[in-house]
Amino acid sequence: MHWNSLADFLAMGDHGLYVWGSVVVTALLMIAEPILVVRGRRKLLLRLMRQYRAEGVDRRDHRQPTTRRSPA
Amino acid sequence: MSHRLINWFRYASPQTFYPLAGKMIPWFWMLAAIFGLTGLSIGFLLAPTDAQQGEGYRIIFLHVPASWMSMFIYLVMSFWAAMGLAFNTRLSGMMASALAPTGALFAFISLWTGALWGKPMWGTWWVWDARLTSELILLFLYIGFIALQAAIDDPRRADKAGAILALVGVVNIPIIYFSVKWWNTLHQGASVSLTKSPSMATTMLWGMLLCALACWMYSIAVALMRARTIMLERERHTDWVRTLLAAKE
Repeated sequence: MHWNSLADFLAMGDHGLYVWGSVVVTALLMIAEPILVVRGRRKLLLRLMRQYRAEGVDRRDHRQPTTRRSPA
Repeated sequence: MSHRLINWFRYASPQTFYPLAGKMIPWFWMLAAIFGLTGLSIGFLLAPTDAQQGEGYRIIFLHVPASWMSMFIYLVMSFWAAMGLAFNTRLSGMMASALAPTGALFAFISLWTGALWGKPMWGTWWVWDARLTSELILLFLYIGFIALQAAIDDPRRADKAGAILALVGVVNIPIIYFSVKWWNTLHQGASVSLTKSPSMATTMLWGMLLCALACWMYSIAVALMRARTIMLERERHTDWVRTLLAAKE
């Protein structure tokens, strides 16, 4: 182990702001990216399932196209 | 003499690639975590203080792997773009689109950590020197690629336009890599290169290489995840996607 104390480690020899500023931003971005990808995937799955269901309903409607005309 | 050839083009079809990618993703995540934790432990806990830069040099464990990745992802992206133009395979364009955001992310991390490293060591966040400027151009190329593809509705045309942009931009990669040799830059020369033995302590070198490996695994995992989403989106009118989603319901 290179460090004598936690304070030493956090101070990074007076360069703490720069070192930890790099670490924090890198970590945040590399955590955020996969989360965004997973979210995008979930949204797409929901949209596609809704779309397929709607198409299924459409197809059934086309079989009896005239039944829903306005009652004369 | 009856050994059969593996038909590689079989894997170029999204339908066969989708489940394969799904099986590979957890393994790449696991490797990314193992390499990342080991690399960062070596870099931040074990590696000695740098003689010139004190402790501030530890930014190297993020900066160098991110910079390598930003350049390498661009090369891979251009490779897929070229394959798409040459063979018109569906998967190629999807892979190129899946890689671009991750490449942009690493280009940004490279610039960000570089600025935070430059301030204490050079006294400035930014200079318009060849290395920094060409890396900034790389970030703009990624953003341009993403924006161009987003602006075109037809995915096949978006792929073609993106591919041409990507291939023109490839010229920037050797410029970034050799900029510290070709011009007199504020940025230091390469600490690790293909031709010389590295000019850094072994512990530091190992920490850095492990972090770089972690970035590789991370990039593959994220890009495969994104590629799978793009596949579903683009192939939504096909039977295999319908069957797949019907099974999920």
